[in-house]
Amino acid sequence: MSTDLLVWLLPLPPLLAFFLIILLTNRYKAFSHSIAIGAALLSWLGSMVVFFRAINTEHLNLNPFSSAINWIPTGDTWLQVGIWVDPLTAVTLFFVSWTVLMIFIYSVGYHNYGQPQGEHDQKGLQPHGASIADEHGHKHIVPSIEPMYSRFFAFIGLFAFGMYTLVVSDNLLTLFIGWEIMGLCSYLLIGFWYQKPTARAAMIKAFLTTRVGDVFMLLGIAYLYTAIGSLSFSDIFKPETLHILAQTPALGGFLGLSAAGLIGILLFFGTVGKSAQWPLHVWLPDAMEGPTPVSAMIHAATMVSAGVYLVIRMFPLLQAGSVHGQLTPPMMLMTIIGAFTAIFAATIAIAQNDIKRVLAYSTISQLGYMIAALGIGAYVAAAFHLVTHAFFKALLFLGSGSVIHGVEHGVLHTGENVDPQDMFNMGGLRKKMPITFWTFLIGGLALSGFPLITAGFWSKDEILADAFGHGHWVVFIILALAALLTAFYTMRQITLTFLGNPRTKSAEHAQETHWTMTLPLIILGVFAIALGWSGISESFPLIGGILPNFVHEFVGSTLAEFPEALPFSVWPLLVSILVSLGGLTAGWLVYRNQKVGAEDPLKRALGPVYTVLKNKYYFDELYNIIFVRPAYWMADTFTNQILDRKIIDGILHFIARIASSVGGILRNYFDKPIVNGFGDFVGEGVKKVGRNLKIIQTGRVQQYLIMALILAFGAMFFFVFTSLQH
Amino acid sequence: MTAQQIIFLVVAAVTLIAGISVVTSRNLIHSALWLILTLAGVAVFYVLLNAGFFAVIQVVVYIGAIAILFIFAVMLTRRVMQDTGPQSNSYWWLGALIALLLFAGIALIFTNWQGFKALPPVMLDQSGKLVQLGLSLVSPDKYLLPFELASVLLVAGMIGAIYVAGEKKQ
Amino acid sequence: MIPLSWYLTFAAILFCIGLYGVLVRKNAIAILMSIELMLNSVIINLISFWRYRAPEGISGQAFAIVVFAVAAAEVSVGLALIISIYRRRKSVVAEDMNLMKW
Repeated sequence: MSTDLLVWLLPLPPLLAFFLIILLTNRYKAFSHSIAIGAALLSWLGSMVVFFRAINTEHLNLNPFSSAINWIPTGDTWLQVGIWVDPLTAVTLFFVSWTVLMIFIYSVGYHNYGQPQGEHDQKGLQPHGASIADEHGHKHIVPSIEPMYSRFFAFIGLFAFGMYTLVVSDNLLTLFIGWEIMGLCSYLLIGFWYQKPTARAAMIKAFLTTRVGDVFMLLGIAYLYTAIGSLSFSDIFKPETLHILAQTPALGGFLGLSAAGLIGILLFFGTVGKSAQWPLHVWLPDAMEGPTPVSAMIHAATMVSAGVYLVIRMFPLLQAGSVHGQLTPPMMLMTIIGAFTAIFAATIAIAQNDIKRVLAYSTISQLGYMIAALGIGAYVAAAFHLVTHAFFKALLFLGSGSVIHGVEHGVLHTGENVDPQDMFNMGGLRKKMPITFWTFLIGGLALSGFPLITAGFWSKDEILADAFGHGHWVVFIILALAALLTAFYTMRQITLTFLGNPRTKSAEHAQETHWTMTLPLIILGVFAIALGWSGISESFPLIGGILPNFVHEFVGSTLAEFPEALPFSVWPLLVSILVSLGGLTAGWLVYRNQKVGAEDPLKRALGPVYTVLKNKYYFDELYNIIFVRPAYWMADTFTNQILDRKIIDGILHFIARIASSVGGILRNYFDKPIVNGFGDFVGEGVKKVGRNLKIIQTGRVQQYLIMALILAFGAMFFFVFTSLQH
Repeated sequence: MTAQQIIFLVVAAVTLIAGISVVTSRNLIHSALWLILTLAGVAVFYVLLNAGFFAVIQVVVYIGAIAILFIFAVMLTRRVMQDTGPQSNSYWWLGALIALLLFAGIALIFTNWQGFKALPPVMLDQSGKLVQLGLSLVSPDKYLLPFELASVLLVAGMIGAIYVAGEKKQ
Repeated sequence: MIPLSWYLTFAAILFCIGLYGVLVRKNAIAILMSIELMLNSVIINLISFWRYRAPEGISGQAFAIVVFAVAAAEVSVGLALIISIYRRRKSVVAEDMNLMKW
């Protein structure tokens, strides 16, 4: 099958799965997950084929797999949509297809397929256990199957369709379509358990916050279209086009930017929303209300990565107009926001207790890394970190889901009333859940950038090396600090969860999860270790030249100007190792003896700062006061009560009153006396005449005869006299 | 004044007085009897008019059948009507007025007609009139149809009278 | 010789007497008698016109015969009606028969 056709077909299996599940197999759980996993498998297979063909094609950047069709007629021309597979697309397809497949398989076990239905389970709430009796009649409560099982697979199928569409599209319009479909699915899946009020609030918050970013992105797309007349990447990235855009000033001389600069900034705002950068970061932690596979897929591996994918894709546009590697305004903005977000989120993460919250802030922080990397021009490093981060963050999230499941099992077994997601209720789980422990450890070390054997090290080191090598000192220091904090809170998390002794009875009774959950963990763990070795820079000491720097060669070829490999410098390497090992050690030392019920040692160390960090710098409260409450006021008080009810309804009531009084006047002064009166007059008149005339009809023959004769004589005399007169 | 004229005037006076008595008599039987006298006077007139057959018919049919019928009817409805009550309506003056008006009108018309004062023409075949009458009544080209229709009318009248006046079965 | 005018005048007077009787008498039978007077005056008229205007023909007499028959039929039916009414309503006063009114 030709590669073009294959690429066109890649997004289709998950879409088909969505429709089939919704329309046909909603009631049949086994069918539904089989259809969904089958679809993911098909897309994975197709992606792998495309990937292998891509890496075996010479000069893929010059003739990528592409094809386009005419879609919307626009005057004399057509708006074309199609597919585009260059090296960046190929590696993105690689990690998207693997993570999607793993998460689909994981969801089967996560939603307790095979378990009995809970007696008190309702659609819209998390399942909380079914009681079964064993042969001695002892009642046990075991985890129960999710009531809305098929619905979940349908939604993640639709989501996968959106992501594949975004990745393979060759123009900004279908990319935006995929973007929005994923936004919708994010909304639906965050609020999967829709009867929980917190989930409802979180789903709306996620949708609206990303929407803010999307509005700016749409403005950027529109501006780009009006400037160039096309949205296809092949048209946008022609050197002449980029040159023109860089030279034209933006509309109205907006802040002295060029057209390319303004468009770049607008598109970047879309990423700020979608990838949860400051200031639009508030939705991602709340999005943890959704089931863990959702958190893994949407909020770690794919959807938030789509934001970074967008800016990586549009990098030539963002870079347009830069001379001698100087940073253009969009790149400057990206660097500032990326670096700030990286450290900002990392500081919040060290004070969170919920296992998923830590990972959420970690995601925000790592995305900040990627964006900062792109801001300083480290194209390959950013792309590399995107790929590795997808794998190990997905691994970490799935692992946390496994942990939560294990502890929940203990909760159900013992009937204890503890939050299974609070790390301070865990401990010692490495003995109870070994596979989860080892894979989680691998993921955590990758996140921290543990030297040499983890993928995170290679990608993070590359970013730091680029920052150092191009002389961006401030960025280097900030990112290094963020890396230190990352290692710290990661080890904090691992120590509290797995090491030491169990702090609650539920943790004591935790048990390892089903193979459908642990198998994906293992597979992702393999990638978390091995993937980094595909990007070892050539000039690395000792092991530099053994494997070719595949990532640099392949991904770097996407750009028109092939980025040159930096010469090796020992300083960023040292800083990177120091920061990573130092943070890991510190985390272990502080938390290794955490006792039952004892407070967080960080609280004593930081004091009031701890409270600020725990409350996320009070950004949620700030936004509530600045944006949410005024919006409610606007909607309810102003628009509803004042405008709608008082003014508009008042006008209507006034008109109604006038109409009814006019009607009354017409009725009483015109209709009744004149019209009715005339009618009554005629009727009454006829009746009176009749009443008076009927007296003649006496029924007496002689009187009739007299009347007849009188009239006859009258006539006769009349005629006789008139004839006599002649 | 010929003898005929004198006879005419006498019989006319008698007949008219009898006629007035018919319409003014209180007693109904008297009325009927005055009616018989009137009809007899009219019969005499028929003789004067050389229509002797009609005089006989008048006596036989009118006096012998119809007047008797009247007497029967009066007797059958005798009980209710008081003989001494007023005979006339309250508006008898209006009836008299109308009668006078009618007479005046007729007289007016007649006086303007030339043939009013004509004398009787000579009638040649005085005895053959009866045969002529009988023949004319049964000749299809003469007056057969009116004759038959009159017969039918009499039959219908007879049947109708029997039905209307008959006692209804309870 | 008796002029036509005498007969015609006489018939007219008899007719008006009959008319007066029809309009004025209370008893229904008396009304019928008055009608007979009127009919007789009509037959007198017919015969006198026959005699004075066309005595050769027989048309006047045939007409008069028919009038005779009609008068006889009418009297019989009328009296039958009066008897029938008398049986129902026990009255022969013409004024009392006033049901055919409003």
